Amino acid sequence: MTTKSMKLYWKKNLQYLAILLSIWFLASFGMGILFVDQLNVYKMGGFKLGFWFAQQGSIYVFVILIFVYVYLMNRLDKSFEVEEI
Amino acid sequence: MDILTWTYIIVGITFALYIVIAIVTRADTTKEFYVAGSSVSPLANGMATAADWMSAASFISMAGLISFMGYDGSVYLMGWTGGYVLLALLLAPYLRKFGKFTVPDFVGDRYYSQVARMVAVVAALFVSFTYVAGQMRGVGIVFSRFLEVDINTGVIIGMVIVLFYAVLGGMKGITYTQVAQYCVLIFAYMVPAIFISLQITGNPIPQLGFGAQTSDGIYLLDKLDGLLLELGFTAYTVGSKSTIDIFFITAALMVGTAGLPHVIVRFFTVPKVRDARKSAGYALIFIAILYTTAPALGAFGIYNMIQTVNKAPTNALPAWVDNWSKTGLISIDDRNGDGIVQYHASAEINELKIDKDIMVLANPEIAQLPNWVIALVAAGGLAAALSTAAGLLLVISSAISHDLLKKGIAPNITEKNELIAARLAAVGAVVVAGYFGIHPPGFVAEVVAFAFGLAASSFFPIIIMGIFSKRMNKEGAVAGMVAGLAFTLSYIIYFKFISPESNTPENWWLGISPEGIGTLGMLINFIISIIISRFTPAPPSEVQELVENIRIPKGAGEAGGVH
Repeated sequence: MTTKSMKLYWKKNLQYLAILLSIWFLASFGMGILFVDQLNVYKMGGFKLGFWFAQQGSIYVFVILIFVYVYLMNRLDKSFEVEEI
Repeated sequence: MDILTWTYIIVGITFALYIVIAIVTRADTTKEFYVAGSSVSPLANGMATAADWMSAASFISMAGLISFMGYDGSVYLMGWTGGYVLLALLLAPYLRKFGKFTVPDFVGDRYYSQVARMVAVVAALFVSFTYVAGQMRGVGIVFSRFLEVDINTGVIIGMVIVLFYAVLGGMKGITYTQVAQYCVLIFAYMVPAIFISLQITGNPIPQLGFGAQTSDGIYLLDKLDGLLLELGFTAYTVGSKSTIDIFFITAALMVGTAGLPHVIVRFFTVPKVRDARKSAGYALIFIAILYTTAPALGAFGIYNMIQTVNKAPTNALPAWVDNWSKTGLISIDDRNGDGIVQYHASAEINELKIDKDIMVLANPEIAQLPNWVIALVAAGGLAAALSTAAGLLLVISSAISHDLLKKGIAPNITEKNELIAARLAAVGAVVVAGYFGIHPPGFVAEVVAFAFGLAASSFFPIIIMGIFSKRMNKEGAVAGMVAGLAFTLSYIIYFKFISPESNTPENWWLGISPEGIGTLGMLINFIISIIISRFTPAPPSEVQELVENIRIPKGAGEAGGVH
């Protein structure tokens, strides 16, 4: 792998991380903690929305984030031909 | 059949299963002993990680803890799951590519320094020992409650079982017993939860029942808020901790999770980098099943408790109250002598004392489930405690035989002797853990909670920097680790041991409790290490090449074989 394509691969990886970790932060620290009172005004079934994010929603988002990451990285590895055989 | 007979049968079967697995999967090489030969499938590793991670405290205490904390309990739910996102995205794939056996291995090689390696060994041993003592105690408690044996006898039985499969099987044996233990514990957790959810809300899925209506058409959570306010507590869905404290505690638990050596080392056991990524995802699914059920159980538990015991006549209490008063987990003292139980926020009026553990342990009886379900909960609690204990013991034994001996004082040790040393270290670790289980030092419970703060302020930043910054050098890493640890430790020691009477929000720095201070320790570690590294020489070129190398997945298979 050339230095140039290595740099590009790493840059792309960091971009994915920045996006996914922003969602991670928003779903837990944002919805579940910082904006919990504002969100609690809305209800989803019997749940106040902020409370739901803190005790349920954030965990579901975490699971989805990891699998999106797995998908994105496998695709990136293939396109740069750095995947393991 | 009565409960005791059922418990002996079910616990006996599960123990026999663990022993059979240990004999079949025993380790013959150090690579098998330390990392199961890096041949575990991502799915199996996900289950093993989940069992490794979920301890006696997750299984027995967490739901009850949330019962009494309401919204504030969210710190545990988000904190102990969110760390897996950090693990999957920032640590696991790169450490797998690095392809050695332990966390101190990475720290020592990446920072080309024996000092850094030894600081990491000490931190790993400290974190793991405090943690494991709590697990052995948990084994003893489950034994004494369900099998009516002495707590100490329970600890010793637990020691013998763990000794057997950890010493014989190493990581390989532990991995496959943990897979079995995960199945036992999740089944034991979900069966009562499903029935209780059905009973209270008519919905068999606890995660949905949590937000559903009770038989009178009012939403469970609204009803709970009302009941608690009426009794003088804060509403269930609104917390009483400050926002900044919730934020910092959650962050400390997340980052601490990602820095715990017994969790990180699980990702060394899969064959490829992409397996490490995927396996973190599987692990979190398996953990999420329990972690999304726990808050539902917590709400059902406290609701049930208030509905059935508060304002009940003391001479006509439900049968489970009598059964569990024998254990001291629930006690009623009708102080005003009116023959009615009063539950209230004010200590002057309150006549009911409940231990948080009862919310899980007594669940099957509250829901009037058959005796075999109660026995299953006992087996589940034991599975949770034993699986975590085994994972910790392996970190301890590999820190001693691999990092201290092979990479430290006896580099010429043969493969065969290193394996013997690893087994002896495991025996020694079990004996020490058992000793602490039988004679628990008063501070164990305090310290376990802080193991996270310490992991957050020491390991996490230097591992992250080791991967994401080529410029980070040994001077920066050692200074950062020492600064982060010293800050976090002294804050905790001051508020917990030197001046516990001043441990109140008014005295906390920025309003951050000792539980959340690890987050600040982590930030200090990052800042100090970055500043110091700018004023000291860059790492040697071979270390910079190592960092380049771990950033791309290709070639992980070979890297694991080089030793």
